Amino acid sequence: MTVATETTTGAVPPPSKEDVITVSKMNKWYGNFHVLKDIDLTVRKGERIVICGPSGSGKSTLIRTMNRLETYQSGEVYVDGILLGDDVKNIEAVRREVCMVFQHFNLFPHMTVLENLTLAPIWVRKMPKKEANDLAMHYLERVRIAEQAHKYPGQLSGGQQQRVAIARSLCMQPKIMLFDEPTSALDPEMVKEVLDVMVELAKEGMTMLCVTHEMGFAKEVADRVIFMDAGQIVEMAGPQEFFDNPKSDRTKLFLSQILSH
Amino acid sequence: MSENAKLPPLPTGTFSERAVAWSKKNLFDGWFNTLLTLGALAFILWLVPPLFNWAVVNATLTPTIEGCAEVTGACWGFVNANLRLILFGTYPYEEQWRPVLAMIVLIAIICGSLGAVKYPGLRKWIIPMWVVGVPVIGVLMWGGVLGLTYVQNSYWGGLPLTLILSSIGVIFAFPLGLLLALGRQSNMPAIKTVSVVYIEVIRGVPLITVLFMASVMFPLFLPTGVTIDKLLRAQIGIILFTAAYLAEVFRGGLQAVPRGQFEAGDSLALSYWQSMRLIILPQALRLVIPPTVNSFISMFKDTTLVVIIGLFDFLGTVKLALRSDPAWTKYYVEGYAFAAAIFFLICFSMAKYSAYLEKELRKGERR
Repeated sequence: MTVATETTTGAVPPPSKEDVITVSKMNKWYGNFHVLKDIDLTVRKGERIVICGPSGSGKSTLIRTMNRLETYQSGEVYVDGILLGDDVKNIEAVRREVCMVFQHFNLFPHMTVLENLTLAPIWVRKMPKKEANDLAMHYLERVRIAEQAHKYPGQLSGGQQQRVAIARSLCMQPKIMLFDEPTSALDPEMVKEVLDVMVELAKEGMTMLCVTHEMGFAKEVADRVIFMDAGQIVEMAGPQEFFDNPKSDRTKLFLSQILSH
Repeated sequence: MSENAKLPPLPTGTFSERAVAWSKKNLFDGWFNTLLTLGALAFILWLVPPLFNWAVVNATLTPTIEGCAEVTGACWGFVNANLRLILFGTYPYEEQWRPVLAMIVLIAIICGSLGAVKYPGLRKWIIPMWVVGVPVIGVLMWGGVLGLTYVQNSYWGGLPLTLILSSIGVIFAFPLGLLLALGRQSNMPAIKTVSVVYIEVIRGVPLITVLFMASVMFPLFLPTGVTIDKLLRAQIGIILFTAAYLAEVFRGGLQAVPRGQFEAGDSLALSYWQSMRLIILPQALRLVIPPTVNSFISMFKDTTLVVIIGLFDFLGTVKLALRSDPAWTKYYVEGYAFAAAIFFLICFSMAKYSAYLEKELRKGERR
């Protein structure tokens, strides 16, 4: 996939109506530990962003502030024009538009695949059951797993479970999808089936933020790649520039470690 | 014999050959197991025949003191002669068909509710059954309407009292315990503090104290003229006490549900109560079925303590019967054995249902 030239500059795009996420001067502490330091980030509609970095760098924490699974202490996070603060109504409004896919899938083990998918549409979107079922089957077909609809998550492989989790998010018809290391808990032979689904999503224009170490995926679909270390955004660039010509020494070191095997 | 099934050569030969092979493998496998087998056999031979002789062979059902004096075994005649006093306490003799009917209604509702696991069609009837059934039981027991004579609840007793106290106890203690468990995990300091203080205070005192306070102390704080029925006070005492224990059981279950389940619910924009009801509690409660039933069994037996505030539960009525005639008093072993058998029957049924429930709820989820 070719990358649009205007987003390869590496600079933060100018503010526009198309900005769906704006993070400004955001700081977060766990006690005395400064997890996120002065984060500034703007994401435009339809953008695909890959975030990488060593473990403990705060990359997961950063995307988890975008649906308020994590709080922050200073700065601001706007998602879809809504300020994510303590206001519960705002939080729920944002969560209706932003879905997250987790490292460990977090499917509901006591429900069938179909029930996992229809739960939120029925209870949050107030969709009639039949309509929710049709929607769920539609997305299950898209992730190529429709025949498993009546099984329980425990009966599926890791790759299948993660595809169900992606379909579950899609059933909410979100504007933004957050992926928190979606392939890290998978056996190597199952990574591809999940990445394939994610690539398709990206090509359809879904706004995606993806924490991952799958650099092939980053090269193929990302508009921008962000490298984080010690709670800061160290480098942000289009994939070509990021991989071919990284500026920071820390990025170079990280890339040499991750690409050497 | 699942052990047999695991043997590499499939069992062949006559029944006796297989029996010998099975015994060799399971009973006389090495000197230590042989010793244990022989020891257990000796114990059974020492215990069972005399017990059987006492309880069955030399026993009598004749419901008279004279009849009992003639035999060397158990005097079940005591139970036989006093059965209605033991079962119904001081409930007016002529009206005792009413507690019988009330018990049938109660047991039917309980079976209907428990059966909903097997027959999902019953699920939507559970709440209507209780909403209609409990007043029906109340009308039958109290009377005063529909041509039934009024029976003050201080005359209630025996098995109906025990069953009513414990089933109403379960129904109210369960949701209260759940709220307390959620309250203890709340982010809101006031709710959390109230829950913690409640749980720790109630758990920290014996049930006897709670019942005694409910019976003796509590009325002192009420304005003169206002009284709350003794039975109701005992019932509230049991509910409050059991709820504190259940709260800790449920908290254990809530903590055992992985954090990711809460996060998945949040990230799908479900509200707190939706997440709890649809995702967290079904998993948490399933995990704590054994300790929950443990609490219920414990509560069921603890209802016998209401005797200290002058209510005659099932064990209380046995004592009442023993005291009814000095000549019966020496047959207390038979009386308590009968009470123990009934208690065991009910508690064991609860345990079996709990095991069934665990198995049933796990169906389909495992490969």
